[in-house]
Amino acid sequence: MTLRLRSGLALRLRSGLALRLGSGQARAGVAIVTLVFFGALAAPWLLPWDAATQDLPNRLQGPTWEHWFGLDELGRDILARVLLGARVSLLVGLVVVGVSSSVGMIVGAISGYYGGRVDQLIGRFMDVLMAFPGMLLAIALVAVLGPSLVNVVLALAVIGWVGYARLVRGQVLRAREFEYVTAARALGAGTVRILARHVLPTAMPPLLVQATLGMAGAILSEAALSFLGLGVQPPTPSWGTMINGGRVHLLDAPHLTVFPGLFLAVVVLGFNFLGDGLRDAIDPRRQQ
Amino acid sequence: MLRYLFRRILLTIPVLLGVATLVFSLIHLVPGDPAQAMLGDGASPQDIAELRVSLGLDRPLLDQYVTFLRQAVTGDLGTSFRTGQPVTSMIVERLPATAELAFAAMFVAILIAIPLGVVAAVWRGTAVDYGAMTFALAGVSIPNFWLGPLLAIVFAVELGWLPVSGRGTPAHLVLPAVSLGLALAAILARMTRASLLDELRELYVRAARARGVSRAFAIAGHALRNSMVPLLTIVALQFGAVLTGAVITETIFAWPGIGRLLIQSIGFRDYPMVQGCILLIAATYVTVNLVTDLMYGVLDPRIRLE
Repeated sequence: MTLRLRSGLALRLRSGLALRLGSGQARAGVAIVTLVFFGALAAPWLLPWDAATQDLPNRLQGPTWEHWFGLDELGRDILARVLLGARVSLLVGLVVVGVSSSVGMIVGAISGYYGGRVDQLIGRFMDVLMAFPGMLLAIALVAVLGPSLVNVVLALAVIGWVGYARLVRGQVLRAREFEYVTAARALGAGTVRILARHVLPTAMPPLLVQATLGMAGAILSEAALSFLGLGVQPPTPSWGTMINGGRVHLLDAPHLTVFPGLFLAVVVLGFNFLGDGLRDAIDPRRQQ
Repeated sequence: MLRYLFRRILLTIPVLLGVATLVFSLIHLVPGDPAQAMLGDGASPQDIAELRVSLGLDRPLLDQYVTFLRQAVTGDLGTSFRTGQPVTSMIVERLPATAELAFAAMFVAILIAIPLGVVAAVWRGTAVDYGAMTFALAGVSIPNFWLGPLLAIVFAVELGWLPVSGRGTPAHLVLPAVSLGLALAAILARMTRASLLDELRELYVRAARARGVSRAFAIAGHALRNSMVPLLTIVALQFGAVLTGAVITETIFAWPGIGRLLIQSIGFRDYPMVQGCILLIAATYVTVNLVTDLMYGVLDPRIRLE
């Protein structure tokens, strides 16, 4: 029964993915995300320019055939810095989503499976964290811990896990009532085995959607914190820091702000397209 | 109804207490000595000791916590390290500016979102729908700290139609409100579409059409009205995102609100002010959610009975 249900889910996910990822938006999402990952990884081999090399006589130069995105206030190639900034953004996104979803899955599973006082206690704690709007708590945490990449990841993970925990809790509450879970329990399966083998797999499809959309959120939040001067510190290139630095030259060299922002918006859009496509694939009602 | 009101208000108290506890603990998360961090490396031991006393950091933790809660309840959030003025009065001074910006942004968002969501739902599956929803998704993806400066270049610098920054006339409000409201508009447009599509599938819409009611009236007069109820919750929930977004928007447009005060205070390591701003924004958010829940309970009796 378990096998049938799990394979059924996998089948639905696969056929749905094939169906919906065929949509223009989802295909664009896959293309953008693939390109950005490739560009970020291959940046040093793709470009003849190093992100740190300074060409001071030509500082603030606009886009040319040599430097497609122009040069910044220190004469550094903006394209090279944007691609290196992609590494920071993707790294933050992956680590934040990885940590948040893992913590959220464990806490949500415990809360949903055990119920009662454990559920209430965890629920109240989550209520408190949810009482801080958006990334206000992240701003507060980075403000006191000090601006750094590690603290940004920590702060975003602290606010990020709650969403995953709520999602998994809901799925577990539903799944624990399934007959095959009762059967597994009757056969003597332990709690960890029941959760890992029978309950949590049912939460995976919506978790995957949330993680994809979470990548977009984490990338955007890191850029916002860096923009406010609370995230990645110069000279490490980050899209948020680059946009903030470019504000001073908005009138004489708008390319300093335009290109990092454009890249950021397109990458976030890519993950949103992909997340939406996956959600449509998983939720049959949305396919109708 | 009274029982529902009482129960819902009672449930908010532990959340507010938790929020206050977390805000209190912020200063204790500062690596090393908070007083040393605030004064910098060049401070004398005497200055550090004096600041520790004035912040109450020399007292036992429990004592500090109880004092913080007692003072917070009475509206006393301490004294600003930078200006020496009471934190509460400085925040209250900035409150109207942030409220003005938040409501203007929500107004802009609703103005864009509802027509966009309605056309997407009515012409579902067509190019209009895909166009509207792609626009909505793009709106969520465009960061306001990028959109804001770009809008300022075009409409303030190039065209000279609007002021670049500051607060004073209604014209000053346009760029910050649009920059802040666009992402919210995108979210609301998607929700309007989904909510209206749900209503359009209901039998009462078909019944109205069967009675000879025109399609336009069945949508505008029946389905749209009912689809607004769940939207109310989304608008309220997004109020938090608007408050956080205001922190960035106020910084970009030099808008003299709480968000800008918060960022300036972080720069000066004015921790009492940071704590005050965070506590006030979180408490406002919790209150808005409470009011929404209560209103939802009034609008939908099923919620009260749960």
